[in-house]
Amino acid sequence: MIPASFEYRRAGSVEEALGWLAEDPDSTKLLAGGHSLLPLMKLRLATPGVLVDVGRIPGLNYVRDDGDHVAIGALTRHRDLEVSDVARGHVPLLAHVAGQVGDPQVRHRGTIGGSLAHGDPASDLPAAVLALDGTMVVDGPRGRREVQAADFFRGFLETALAPDEMLTEVRVHKAPAGWGFQKFNRRAQDWAIVGVAAVVNGDARVALVNMGPTTLRARATEEALDAGANIADAAARAAEGLDPPSDLNGSAEYRRHLATVLVRRALEEATAARG
Amino acid sequence: MSATMTEDTPAKGVVGTRMLRREDPALLSGEARYVHDLVVPGALHMAVVRSPYAHARVTSVDVSGALGMPGVAAAFSGADLAGEWGSAMPCAWPVTADMQSPPHFPVALNEACYVGDAVAVVLAGSQAEAQDAAGAVAVVYEELPAAVDLEDAASDRVLAHSDLSSNRAYTWELTPDADAVTRAFDAAAVTVKERYVQQRLIPAAMEPRGVCVVPQPFGGEYLVYSATQIPHILRTMLGITAGVPEERIRVVAPSVGGGFGSKLDVYAEELLCLVLSRRLRKPVRWSEERSEAAQATIHGRGQVQEIELAADTDGRVQAVRVRLLADMGAYMQLVTPGVPLLGAFLYHGVYDVAAYSFTCTGVFTNKTPTDAYRGAGRPEATYAIERAMDALARKVGTDPAEVRRRNFIGADKFPYASAAGLLFDSGNYEGALDAALELVDYEGLREEQARRRGQGASKLLGVGLSSYVEMCGLAPSRVLASLNYVAGGWEAATVRMLPTGKVQVVTGATPHGQGHVTSWSMIIADKLGVSPEDVEVLHSDTAVSPLGLDTYGSRSLAVGGTAIALAADRLIDKARLLAAHRLEVAPEDLELSSGQFSVRGSPSSAMALGALAFEAFTAHDLPQGMEPNLEASATYDPTNFTFPFGTHVAVVEVDAETGKVDLVRYSAVDDCGNQINPLIVDGQVHGGIVQGVAQALFEEAVYDDDGNLLTTTFTDYLVPAASEVPSFSLGRTVTPSPSNPLGVKGIGEAGTIASTPAVVNAVVDALSHLGVVDIAMPVTPERVWRSIGAAAPGTGGGR
Repeated sequence: MIPASFEYRRAGSVEEALGWLAEDPDSTKLLAGGHSLLPLMKLRLATPGVLVDVGRIPGLNYVRDDGDHVAIGALTRHRDLEVSDVARGHVPLLAHVAGQVGDPQVRHRGTIGGSLAHGDPASDLPAAVLALDGTMVVDGPRGRREVQAADFFRGFLETALAPDEMLTEVRVHKAPAGWGFQKFNRRAQDWAIVGVAAVVNGDARVALVNMGPTTLRARATEEALDAGANIADAAARAAEGLDPPSDLNGSAEYRRHLATVLVRRALEEATAARG
Repeated sequence: MSATMTEDTPAKGVVGTRMLRREDPALLSGEARYVHDLVVPGALHMAVVRSPYAHARVTSVDVSGALGMPGVAAAFSGADLAGEWGSAMPCAWPVTADMQSPPHFPVALNEACYVGDAVAVVLAGSQAEAQDAAGAVAVVYEELPAAVDLEDAASDRVLAHSDLSSNRAYTWELTPDADAVTRAFDAAAVTVKERYVQQRLIPAAMEPRGVCVVPQPFGGEYLVYSATQIPHILRTMLGITAGVPEERIRVVAPSVGGGFGSKLDVYAEELLCLVLSRRLRKPVRWSEERSEAAQATIHGRGQVQEIELAADTDGRVQAVRVRLLADMGAYMQLVTPGVPLLGAFLYHGVYDVAAYSFTCTGVFTNKTPTDAYRGAGRPEATYAIERAMDALARKVGTDPAEVRRRNFIGADKFPYASAAGLLFDSGNYEGALDAALELVDYEGLREEQARRRGQGASKLLGVGLSSYVEMCGLAPSRVLASLNYVAGGWEAATVRMLPTGKVQVVTGATPHGQGHVTSWSMIIADKLGVSPEDVEVLHSDTAVSPLGLDTYGSRSLAVGGTAIALAADRLIDKARLLAAHRLEVAPEDLELSSGQFSVRGSPSSAMALGALAFEAFTAHDLPQGMEPNLEASATYDPTNFTFPFGTHVAVVEVDAETGKVDLVRYSAVDDCGNQINPLIVDGQVHGGIVQGVAQALFEEAVYDDDGNLLTTTFTDYLVPAASEVPSFSLGRTVTPSPSNPLGVKGIGEAGTIASTPAVVNAVVDALSHLGVVDIAMPVTPERVWRSIGAAAPGTGGGR
């Protein structure tokens, strides 16, 4: 539980953090809330040489109404998102999901940027942002770029972020109604065994937690809904083409079954809420 | 039986009130100091290199790589330390004369026998340096086949130790009348035969273990700080095992953050810190890490149980027959082999059964050693009989409450001599059942259950009962002798009134979360007429409290509390003589009330105990032959165990689609005899219930086929939190124990003993209409889903 030796630097600005990151991107990690990275370091599963603490960079903790979308600063803590009036009013899915992450201690320390950049398929917020078709704002030595959520989550703990880039903002379209979220776990504080975030506004986007190496869309379900299938029939296809993990909390077979039940429930929630 | 404690007890005292715990401000404010908090200049930190293999020959250990690392002072292999030991590590409970127990040394010599077995140690200036250097010790292993599964190990297909001829350590049998058992089964109209698996559990005390040994500069003495439940036993065992004269060891247990039995042991790291401080003449310390604790601290449970009931057509049980396989793990720790024996007498539960047979075989496996864990033997016994009683109820078509009622030992039968050979002290089992059923609205629940089934609701309701009795107040020394335990079961106490009238109490019981300071203060406050705040309770330091047998087995109040009360009575006897001398009356003419002796019929003629303490201190005018000071000691050896009992009712909702179990309501009616502080009793019941629920629904130490422990973090080992349980409805009946003058029984383990079968019975009850009769613990959502699918194909459940 003692991490390997590392150098700690506290960044005062995004520019300073990016400058340090550029010095040795492969052995430098950004530290925000620390609730994903530090446990990995304590188990020595991660051994970065340099830790750049971005947690005190001013101006990156906000939830802002930007007209047709809501912009969220990367250092916004889960708890701040959960209680934000802007989030509750315009993207209640995101506020709700932020309130489901881990336990109160995690929610008061963890940040949305950290959660998305970590790219853990078992995390809740990536699925919510994927269901909301969000956009990631990324800064780096080659300037600023925007990445769609659909292109952001690449693989297990792997995102579209280059080692020298930093996620600074998340933008999501307003979706005040038509959403559902289902999280299935054994203890309230745990990661989801399977989770589902659904947004139904004309078309339907259904994102899955812990059903593969990365945060995924339930494409077969979405296609069935587009083709006019009812919720039950569409949900029955939730696990099609997916290869979920087997672990102590559930076998792949059980996860496939859970996905069908939870997708149905999430879609029922979404349509009831809209209705 | 009277609920009053002694004739001198004032009518209005603090005993029986819900006084807040005196311990809590220090614990809650962070002021309490644990071993890891101690600042010891110049201490070397120890890191332990542990075997990554469940079973391997240790071919070579090269510590030279570690010696070159920053801050490293020394590093040793098992062979380097072989000369340090006076004996192998102790097992205090050789349950049979022919029990096998392979020698167990703090650092393995030639063979590592579980993942986590120590193979080398590194000492450095900081914990971080020691851990970094531990990775540089080069160990060459030759992997050997491992005995992992308990039943497979019992077959001796693979031996857990290469120098053992069998993994079977012992077989212990308790069959007072074999013919009666055979006759009962031959004549039985109904028989039940069940097989249950008690999964391994990780105790997971909030504070992991920690040790710090400080060699004293002159005289070759050692101050041993340890996060232990047993400083007194530890001192004796350290002396024997490390070859240090016992009187040169002082053991202090500072604030200790829970144990649940896992700190009722003598561990390799305690011995290592002692011998390394002797060898290096420096303080040596070690703080256990959480994942290390999962492997290197004992596990609990680990049994395969087979229980048979012989009954008549009405479900009246005539005989109980039990066969156990008990997983010892890789070595015998302090009381490993005896744990099943603590349940051996209780597999007939609260039921009046004429014929009884119990057999247990202890089996070595290549896994972490097991030992006592909250309840130790009694949870296993209660689980088996309470699950089997539900199976019997199904078989004879009777409600589970009714089948229990038909079999209870009647309230008029106490003291009750059981077929297993115990004398149950007192009880009213049906009274507790009635109270529990009323508290939970049992009839209403059954109606609601039927309604939901009729409607095909997806949330199924289940109600589970568990009526239990346990034996605690460990223990009459003569009984322990008959069970081959090498120590006694008494407890020692001293009560001393200081010149200002304040009171010092010295106890041999060692608190680690139970609230001894509060409870002992309350007993003394009523005895001596002082405020609880005026009582100082000294404990957990062998220099202050040299005699004691420590805290485990729900013994502290029934044995240690009784010793306190007896010592106080002796102090009062002495004070009475002094008061009689000063007031010039006969001792029997004095009455004690609220800490004041007054002359019967002449109440203005009186002396307070505090004033008498000062008189005894100055010793200016004592009766002829009386020694100065008001001080008295007592050592109490109980005449019998105590037998708390009760009924718990769990109510669950099962999501038939996902298999998720929600514990939605829980009622517990417990009877622990007289209560010193019902608030502390509530706390013990709350924690106990959750710990039993944990076994039922959440926790399991999972090993893979190679003997690797997979649940080494709290991400994988699921300790439930407050969010996983409902608010509990607690009730209590009071049937004082006639076995001790306080009339108390013990409550530290009852919740854990009762709750596990109540919860599993509730889940099975929810699914019984589908044909489900058993689900393995922990009852995970996937297991429930598969059970539904297997019992009722086509309902959507898995296979």
